[in-house]
Amino acid sequence: MELLRLEGLTKRYDGFTLDNVSFALEEGYIMGFIGRNGAGKTTTLKTMLGLVHPDGGTVQMCGMDFQKNERACRQQIGVVFGEFDHYPKKKLSAITDVYRRFYEQWDDAEYRRCLERFELDESKTVEQLSSGMRVKYSLALALSHGARLLILDEPTSGLDPISRDELMELFQSIIEDGTRSILFSTHITSDLEKCADYITYLKDGRIVCSMEHGALLESWRMVKGGGKPDADIAKLLVGCRTNKFGFDALVRSDDAEAAAAAGLEVSPANLEDIMLHLEKD
Amino acid sequence: MKLTISTVSGAPPIYKQLYEQVSAQILSGELEGDSALPPIRTVAKELRVSVIPVKQAWEELERAGLIYTMVGRGCFVAPLHSEELDTRRESMAFDKLMQEIQYYKQLGLTKEQLLEMVERCYE
Repeated sequence: MELLRLEGLTKRYDGFTLDNVSFALEEGYIMGFIGRNGAGKTTTLKTMLGLVHPDGGTVQMCGMDFQKNERACRQQIGVVFGEFDHYPKKKLSAITDVYRRFYEQWDDAEYRRCLERFELDESKTVEQLSSGMRVKYSLALALSHGARLLILDEPTSGLDPISRDELMELFQSIIEDGTRSILFSTHITSDLEKCADYITYLKDGRIVCSMEHGALLESWRMVKGGGKPDADIAKLLVGCRTNKFGFDALVRSDDAEAAAAAGLEVSPANLEDIMLHLEKD
Repeated sequence: MKLTISTVSGAPPIYKQLYEQVSAQILSGELEGDSALPPIRTVAKELRVSVIPVKQAWEELERAGLIYTMVGRGCFVAPLHSEELDTRRESMAFDKLMQEIQYYKQLGLTKEQLLEMVERCYE
């Protein structure tokens, strides 16, 4: 079952357009939402959640039309935008006490389990928590109201490598039973290498691709060569970066053989390679 | 079942690494016929890889007749006779050898030189 489907989502601002964004996410998977700063990731998330009014397009969440069933949809999703920094002086227990009343499915036993598992101390105030702990507190709230779809905007920014790794491990255990999905935006591609099943790549307000992670990596190859590329090879290169001594670029996997025959060094591409070169193109 | 995954750049795709390791353990008899394989999602979580490559590897193992699925109960190692195991082991080793031989030919090694090396390696 699909937990999320965007069709033609559009939002126009002066000087920036989120243009006809469509993608879908099945239950039981993690999708990484990537793109450079200003590509429109946060705008996409805000628009699909109705935080800004879309100029066009539809959003299906957990099988319902979001615009028509916003209340019901909100019961089934957990949303984390940036760091949890409202009410910095309040204790977690006080915040939870307010939060729980909004959710019909609130499960106190599950909430207790999350606190224990994430080693969260309810008697602390928000400002006493580290960045990593704040993200975990947001996740605890989402999981305790039975959210099936978690939507997180840059949950790993500001976290040290160990906290990031812990968070990725946590994401994987959240989807392990196959009933929940996670969509999270990031520009740290290494976060996605391990855990993302699908990658959706946004550039200048448009979707470059939304596909299975492994298939995306397999569709490109890195090539390197000395000097300048010959004209017939140059046609195949995408996002070519040159320096005084040589060049590197992406080629489509179908063109890898031709590149190798021309004496270029061909190697697999990782997400960062793909992003760097496609942004250059 | 033992599994290790390499994610350094240039490493083979994850599903291929999984397929090779599990099939080798089935063909060597280390994993017994009709024994249960761990659930796909558990493997992914434990190895810290995404779900899809594990799924792909399991699907490929099933296509190769090395495992079978029982709906709602998971995947199991196919019970193969010892002769069957022998032939499959041989054909797998043969395929691999064929690929390798190309490389040695490119290096300009003769059959005699290669056979001598194999002798030395096996000791």
